[in-house]
Amino acid sequence: MKRMLKQLAAGAVTALGLTLASVPAQAADTIRIGSFLSVTGPASFLGDPELKTLELYIDKINGSGGVLGKKLELIHYDDAGDASKARTFANRLLRQDRVDLIVGGSTTGATMAAVPLIEQAGVPFISLAGAETITTPVKKWVFKTPQSDRQAARRILMDMKDRGFTKIGLISGTGGFGASGRNVTKEEAGNFGIEIVADETYNPKDTDTTAQLTRIRNTDGVQAILNFDFGQGPAIVTRNYAQLGIEIPFYQSHGVASDSFLELAGDAAEGLRLPASALLVADKLPKSDPQYDVLNRYKNDYESHYNESVSTFGAYAYDGLQLAVQALMKAGSTDKAKVRDALENIDGAVGVTGTYRMSPEDHMGLTAESFRILEVKDGDWALTE
Amino acid sequence: MFSEFFQFTFSGVTLGAIYALVALGFTLIYNASHVINFAQGEFLMIGGMGTVVLMDAGVPIYFAIPLAIAMAGVAGILLHRLAIAPAKNADVVTLIIITIGASIFLRGLAQVFWGKEYHALPNFSATESINLGGAILLTQSLWILGIAAVLVTALGLFFTRTTLGKALLATSMNKDAASLMGIKTGAILMMAFGISAVIGAAAGVIVAPITLTSYDIGIMLGLKGFIAAAIGGLGSSTGAILGGLLLGLAEAYTAGYISSDYKDAVPFVIILAILFFLPNGLLGSRAVERV
Repeated sequence: MKRMLKQLAAGAVTALGLTLASVPAQAADTIRIGSFLSVTGPASFLGDPELKTLELYIDKINGSGGVLGKKLELIHYDDAGDASKARTFANRLLRQDRVDLIVGGSTTGATMAAVPLIEQAGVPFISLAGAETITTPVKKWVFKTPQSDRQAARRILMDMKDRGFTKIGLISGTGGFGASGRNVTKEEAGNFGIEIVADETYNPKDTDTTAQLTRIRNTDGVQAILNFDFGQGPAIVTRNYAQLGIEIPFYQSHGVASDSFLELAGDAAEGLRLPASALLVADKLPKSDPQYDVLNRYKNDYESHYNESVSTFGAYAYDGLQLAVQALMKAGSTDKAKVRDALENIDGAVGVTGTYRMSPEDHMGLTAESFRILEVKDGDWALTE
Repeated sequence: MFSEFFQFTFSGVTLGAIYALVALGFTLIYNASHVINFAQGEFLMIGGMGTVVLMDAGVPIYFAIPLAIAMAGVAGILLHRLAIAPAKNADVVTLIIITIGASIFLRGLAQVFWGKEYHALPNFSATESINLGGAILLTQSLWILGIAAVLVTALGLFFTRTTLGKALLATSMNKDAASLMGIKTGAILMMAFGISAVIGAAAGVIVAPITLTSYDIGIMLGLKGFIAAAIGGLGSSTGAILGGLLLGLAEAYTAGYISSDYKDAVPFVIILAILFFLPNGLLGSRAVERV
């Protein structure tokens, strides 16, 4: 019965193929990379540079002969930031387009909606979304390229420890990003011998946080303050911080590591530190840095082709595609199980976001050190040593 | 200890001044028609974002601000002409729903044409803050309070000393009788929308150095402003200012002395308490049902 259905389906596909653009015939001589990204909608700041990066580099790779003697073919759908659409498109990629692997999922919601289908179908999937839940616990077919907020929290706490701070104040937004950052910071602080003596929150839409900051400042023994959030909230906290004339060192998270934050916060941001992708300071890195070449090549390629600033989000797609290509070459075929094993064994792939060391226990492969601690100096990002 | 108290008070005054200024915008249209204009927040947005967009286009700030405010005034008149006036015989609830639709529409337009980024406007005074007894007061909050005071006085004079203002009050009390007395009630209502939009846009510009501005700033500020207006008694300008300050101070004291986690619950507790004991707000006129 099953076999008959399959034959029927195959017959239907061939018939379609004759009338349409003979899709199945083509499938044999290209490697089909599927993708669903939030190119429009509220998360378009993620999906737009991601898609542009994928298109740019798939063209480049095909121009220099493709992979395993075959051209790469990108099959892309726009989920517009909607998790249920992401699920539908993932289903289409798996059943109808029969892709060899998937690089996509701009948001955690979209990624997690697609994960059960992908796990069931057994197709290697490299997600471009941040949350820890995507790869913790480890799922057989799921990998991801961005660091989780836990790595960012660790990197900040590491820097605080190096500067000899043991008591800090925490102020975070009550939105998803801020709340999760607050949790991991509280979980990790003890490992670095740091105590959180003040813990304040604000609503992401709040326009003033001076009351919370005053409370933190007046707590005994606070040596540094960390604001974990993204969006405009941190800009307001940073401005209030400067207005109150608070002198103790100030930290922000990776959530605001972009030039638009500097514009919003203005002079108030002077002197604050945050963990960020090395991409923000690509041209200021020493040439001896292992990531120097990769970073500057990606930055120049993207900026000269699209005439807009490169973003760390596009870099997640760059790393995802490079990891996929590396795994395909190592596997020597598009056999899904072999590609998955090759992905899991990637050890020391230098990407834009960091150097990936995957293992059966870790499907993200980056450590806290992949973040660089930057300081705002004269309205620009500067490396700290 | 005292400096802490001062700081929470100043934070509350800053917040309160912002809410008060937004609340003022609600009073005029409410007085003219008993309609609560939920697009009031969008007038703020047009003021703030319009100034940002014009400044980006190279217009100096002292031209950009009046231009943006004028733009909002035109938007207010258009809102009346295109959405409110065609539904002239509809009841108040229908009109309120129309304003909600208009607010979503305006927000969508701004998102498409002006983008989704947040922007900052420069402070009005060169010095950003002054130190009073160990606490910091933002000079911009003084600007906000000052302009709010001017607007309250102007609105008060407008309603009591000018024929136009009296015509507006007459329209709100009894539309049919007013039109029998020769008052063009349609034109009066259009004027109320225009002036409301101008007040809203001015508020949007003045608060932008503190709150920042973006296409969706109107949702939060509009809601808080409405709560402030309801606490003060809808339709009373002085009540709007009182309501705003009360709300801001309550939020700041809760965040400072109790916990920032409970801060957002405070406005709702206050509004429940006030509406329970004083259904017309602090300074609202006692409504008399005609039978």
